[in-house]
Order: sequence, then C-alpha cells, then structure tokens
Amino acid sequence: MTVAGMAPREFLTDRLMLGLVALVALVLGMPSLKPLFATLYPGLDRPLYEAESFVRLTLDHMALVSLSSLAAILLGGGAGIAVTRPWGREFRGLLETVATMGQTFPPVAVLALAVPVMGFGPEPALIALTLYALLPVVENTVAGLDGVSPAVLDSARGLGMGPAEVLFKVELPLAAPVILAGVRTAVIINVGTAAIASTVGAKTLGLPIIVGLNGSNQAYVIQGALIVAALAVVIDAGFDRMAGWLTRWSRR
Amino acid sequence: MIDFERVSKRFGSWTAVDTVSFTVAEGEFRVLIGPSGSGKSTVLRMINRLIPADEGAIRIDGEDIASLRPEELRRRMGYVIQSVGLFPHWTVERNIATVPALLGWPKARIRDRVTELLELLNLDPRRYRTAYPHQLSGGQQQRVGVARALAAEPRILLMDEPFSALDPITRASLQSELSAIHRRTGTTVVFVTHDMDEALRLGDSIAVMDHGRLIQCATPLEILTRPASPLVRDLVGREEWGLKRLAVETAGDRARPQERVGGEPLPSETPLHRALSEMVSRGAERLPVVDGDGQPAGVLHLSDLVRPAPDRAA
Repeated sequence: MTVAGMAPREFLTDRLMLGLVALVALVLGMPSLKPLFATLYPGLDRPLYEAESFVRLTLDHMALVSLSSLAAILLGGGAGIAVTRPWGREFRGLLETVATMGQTFPPVAVLALAVPVMGFGPEPALIALTLYALLPVVENTVAGLDGVSPAVLDSARGLGMGPAEVLFKVELPLAAPVILAGVRTAVIINVGTAAIASTVGAKTLGLPIIVGLNGSNQAYVIQGALIVAALAVVIDAGFDRMAGWLTRWSRR
Repeated sequence: MIDFERVSKRFGSWTAVDTVSFTVAEGEFRVLIGPSGSGKSTVLRMINRLIPADEGAIRIDGEDIASLRPEELRRRMGYVIQSVGLFPHWTVERNIATVPALLGWPKARIRDRVTELLELLNLDPRRYRTAYPHQLSGGQQQRVGVARALAAEPRILLMDEPFSALDPITRASLQSELSAIHRRTGTTVVFVTHDMDEALRLGDSIAVMDHGRLIQCATPLEILTRPASPLVRDLVGREEWGLKRLAVETAGDRARPQERVGGEPLPSETPLHRALSEMVSRGAERLPVVDGDGQPAGVLHLSDLVRPAPDRAA
C-alpha cells in the first residue's frame, strides 16, 4: 500500500498509517523535542535521554519482541498442532498446564532466575518473553484447530487428502484467524514486557524508563513510554490488517 | 464391483456391523437403508477405509482394499455427506477441483472439467465458479458437493444421506439429477438413507440393515411385495403402499404394446403412480405410451395398473 495512493480521508482514518507516522516521528524527532521537555521539567539537568539513540533502542526492542514471538509461535504453534493430532492427544493436558504456568510466572521472576544461569544481556530476556508469549499462542492454536467443522474434516479425508494435506490446506487456513488472534495478544504483551527486560541489561525502550525511574527523571520515562505505546499501536493495527486479509473470503 | 465378505466392526463392546456379506455389481445403484444405529453409515465408511474393518475382507474389483494406501483408494471414489463439508475458504471451482488437483491434473483439464460439472449440476459456471460456499443455498452447496465427488470421474460414488437435510422440492430435483447422472455415467453408487421413498425411487437394489446385520437385499419391487421381516414391512409403511408399488414400475412395463390410441402420449419411463395421476387428471382410462425416440410403444389401461395383464406380470 502506498501513501500516495490514498485519499486524504482514508489516510487520516487509517490506524496503521497514522501509527506508523507517529512512531517514525517520535523515534527520529525525539531530540528536537528537547526544548519542550526542558520547559515541562525545568528542574532537570538533562531533559532528554541521550545515552543511546532512540533509533537503536527501538530496533533492539523490536528485535527482542520479534525473536521471542517467533520462538513462541514455532514452539506454541507446533505443540498446539501436535496435541490435536491423534498421536499427541494425551499430552494436551500437560501442554496446557505448562503454558499456563509459563504465563502465571511473573516475567520479573523469570528474569531473576535466568540471570544467574545465563548472565546479563538479551538472552534471559528472550527466554522470559518466549515463555510469556507461549500461552496465548498454544491456547488459540488448539482452539482454532478444534473449531474446524467435523464435516469439513470428514470430507477432506474422504476425498483422499493425507494428514499433511488436511493440516496445511484445510485445518491451518481455517484456524488461522483464531491462531493469529493469539499471536497478536502475545506480541502486544511482549512489546510492553520487553521494556522490563532492560533491568537485566537488554537494551530496549525500557532503558530510558528504568533509568528515569531510578533517577527521578520523569522526562526519560515519558520518552520511553511514548515510543513503546506508538509501537504497540502500529503492531496492533498491522495485525488487524492481517486478520482482515486472512478472512477476506468470508466477506464476499 | 464391491465385495463384502463376512465383515464386522466393533466399537468397544458395541457391534456396529455384524458379519455382513454382500456384493454391489459394476454400475449398480445400491441403497443401504435402516433405522439409526443399524450400521449402514459404518458400512459405507468402511468402503473408503474411513473406518477400518475388524474382521472379514472388503474387495473392490477383486483387490483387497486393506492392501491399498487409504488416500489412493479414496481418490478413486466420490464421497458425499449429509452436512456437505465444502471447504469454506475455497471457491466453488477450487472445491470441485479438490481431487483432480490432488491427482495432479493439468490446469486446463481441471478448468474444463469444473465447467462441465457445473453445467451437469445445473449451476451457471459464469455465476458460481468464483463464488464461496457461504454465498450458496443449501441445495446449491450439495450440488457442488456432488460435483466435487464426481470430479475425477470415480468408478464408485459413496453417498451418506446426501439429500436428507434439503427441502422436499430441492431433494426431489437432486434425486432425479442423480438418477440421470447414474444412467449416463454408469458409476457404481452406494447410497445411505433412512427414507424408504428415496430408496425405492433411486435404488436398483436395496439392502436393509438392522442392529449391524443385513436383513434383506433385494430389488425395490421385492422389498415391497416380499418383505423379509416385520422391520422391512414397517420401513416401507402401510400408508399409500399401492402408490409406492406403482412407483417402482414404469408405463412401458405395463403398456399393451400392440394397441394404439389417440391423445397426448406418456414417455415409457414414466413411473406408474404418475401415469395414474395423469389418468385421473385427464379423466382417461387409457393413455398412449411412446418410447425414448417418440415412437408409439402401446397403450396403458387403468385396469392394468390394478392387475397386470397375466403375460406381463412382474
């Protein structure tokens, strides 16, 4: 989709486009807001977070979220598919318990436990975020596959599709909207949770927030939080677009 | 040819199919009928191995189906179910093309075949090819279901109560289209139903099942005139028995071939209950009958409906 191809009204009411513009403007333009923050917080010596560039922090943040979400999709989706196959059905209860535990564990606790083993840096953060994203992906993969009509499966098998053809041509495309909703929840949660990962030395948009909280610098907190929020809006709107594309056949 | 030899199937302690043996000849239209839980659907689903048999052998053209890959076996048969089961995310065209695509037919051949089938099932290809299942009525969906089953020109067509969920008018028209398709293609059909009228109307032969056992396997006429058990008699029903009896024979079967009479002629394949209705509405006791080429084939008398002429008794 090109910006040039859109009518002004269409552009102004498009969440994805507006969010993208806001995100890019905030990430690139934060330094030029320095006078504004200086006016808002006259007591601060350094009203703008300058230890790392916001571009760097945003890219690292996105990389952490992408990698952990991708791992959660592969692990959670794979496990969800496995327990809905005849040979994996017995493990369904076990999987759901593990995934629920993964989510009830506070991410801070996972981080604290992972650091002594893996040291500071992005690795413990990656593990914590992956575990945290697992539950919605697993739950929705199982629910989506369960939701495929028995009649459709019966005719798919009866017409001579093998197990892989039934899975990839029928079950996954039909379950995709539900699975995507789970991935969306997982990714949005991770955009927020990734900020906490800065406590263990991963460079994310949480860094200005945490430095700001420690040093009573509210300007830092706001700068980090604004970009995290814009990022969440863009990703959410992106998922919205993708969900529409996946179910385009149902609106004909 | 489909051959069941002492086939049994148990689910836990419940015997769904109990040592059933029968043969369906090449090109035959065989109806399986029985109360719910009689095992008729299980028998059907054993033919394409959706349900594996516990005991006995099932052979198709002499080949034991247990020796074939299930997918390969199923691609050689059409399969139609009551709830249709079209793939909702695929267009009508792609649904119909399911088996040809699995078999790797070239695109152009698939496209021509889809057009041909849509026309065969009275669906305008220009209008319906790119439609999605949810845009179709129940009757149209089942038409696509039948087209999908016929797509790869199967020698055997398996149908599990395919028309039970449709309204009576749509059901009647699909029944007569199916009859016409069967006559034209010579496909062997195994058709499960719980509706005796449907069975009498469609079947060359009817197999009655109860509690997993085969009670009687006979022509519609025999089922009507010589039911093997009270259950068979109950399935046929006493109500309008005479009309059902008439419906299994045609005007050509009872016409007196040497005679001629004037008036609007009946085609010889008209079922006798329709011929009777025609006599009542025209107030005529004799009607001329013509064969498939429109040539005179004799005269049908009202009295012959009640009692066939001795030399033409069935």
